[in-house]
Amino acid sequence: MSNSNWPLWEVFIRSKNGLDHRHVGSLHATDEEMALENARDVYTRRSEGVSIWVVESKHIVASNPADNGETFEPAQDKVYRHPTFYNLPDGVKHI
Amino acid sequence: MAELNKENLYQYLLQLGDNVMILGHRLSELCGHGPSLETDIALTNISLDLFGQTRSYFQYAASIKGDDSTEDKIAFLRFPNEYRNTILVEQPNTDFAYVITRQFLFDQYHLLLLEKLVDSSDETIAAIANKSIKEVSYHVRFSSEWMKRLGDGTEESNAKIQEALNYLYPYAGELLKTSPIEELAAGAGYGIDPDILTDSYYQNVNQVLEEATIKIPEGKWSHSGGKNGIHSEHLGFILSDLQYMQRTYPDMAW
Repeated sequence: MSNSNWPLWEVFIRSKNGLDHRHVGSLHATDEEMALENARDVYTRRSEGVSIWVVESKHIVASNPADNGETFEPAQDKVYRHPTFYNLPDGVKHI
Repeated sequence: MAELNKENLYQYLLQLGDNVMILGHRLSELCGHGPSLETDIALTNISLDLFGQTRSYFQYAASIKGDDSTEDKIAFLRFPNEYRNTILVEQPNTDFAYVITRQFLFDQYHLLLLEKLVDSSDETIAAIANKSIKEVSYHVRFSSEWMKRLGDGTEESNAKIQEALNYLYPYAGELLKTSPIEELAAGAGYGIDPDILTDSYYQNVNQVLEEATIKIPEGKWSHSGGKNGIHSEHLGFILSDLQYMQRTYPDMAW
């Protein structure tokens, strides 16, 4: 049996309550149920997670690296979008 | 009388442990040989679950036995007729359909057994059952899903899983056939008579098979003997693999 024809799925794991799901990798599976089971077996063996999301890779829409210039560069020279121009009193913590 | 009970408890623990050890060993043979990366990892995960349970049973058995008994001696240094596993779990990994069917027929029994053993009068057995039940619930889900996928898959996968079931189905009956050890264990309250699981077992098994569009084999005849130490030819080969290191280099350690 070969799984080369099985669709590819992306796996997201939340390591504990309160944190976000993080992308951990991908796997092959024929259906949603199998994708979840495989994700459990492949990515949570060392108790990495409390929640799993799987999504078929074809459903992910990605930005095109060739468009990186117009997509990301316009943000680079706009330092005023960072809150770095305030003088903070010495007593303020956790900023 | 107390001595007799102690010996029977020991034998009962061997039976519980041997079933999961031999099945775990069969699955471990697939490590690196699974049909896909995902199923390879899934099957070896199940194997590790079963070995963990084996250790719990054998550590307890060794403490019952006393003297210089250890879990390793129990696992590695018995003769074939001293193993008490059912013949089903010895059956070879003929192909993926056989692996899944063997697992499915055992898992369905295993879960029902553990659901009863959590109420064992023996605290250690109850604790082991309680810990194992989550693992085995997953095993049941895994093997049942695959029965459905293969049975209700393509013409070829249906033919293969049907062939595997026709071959392995007559081995399932032994799981539910009461042995003298189980009879005493049930009487004393620390074990159960597996016969009481029969109705639920076939109900659960048949439900999955029907959903999987797999034909339920006819005929009630069943293999038996494993629980009393009379095994198929496969166990000898398994043990020659399993025991090789300890037999060749006695008392070896890592």
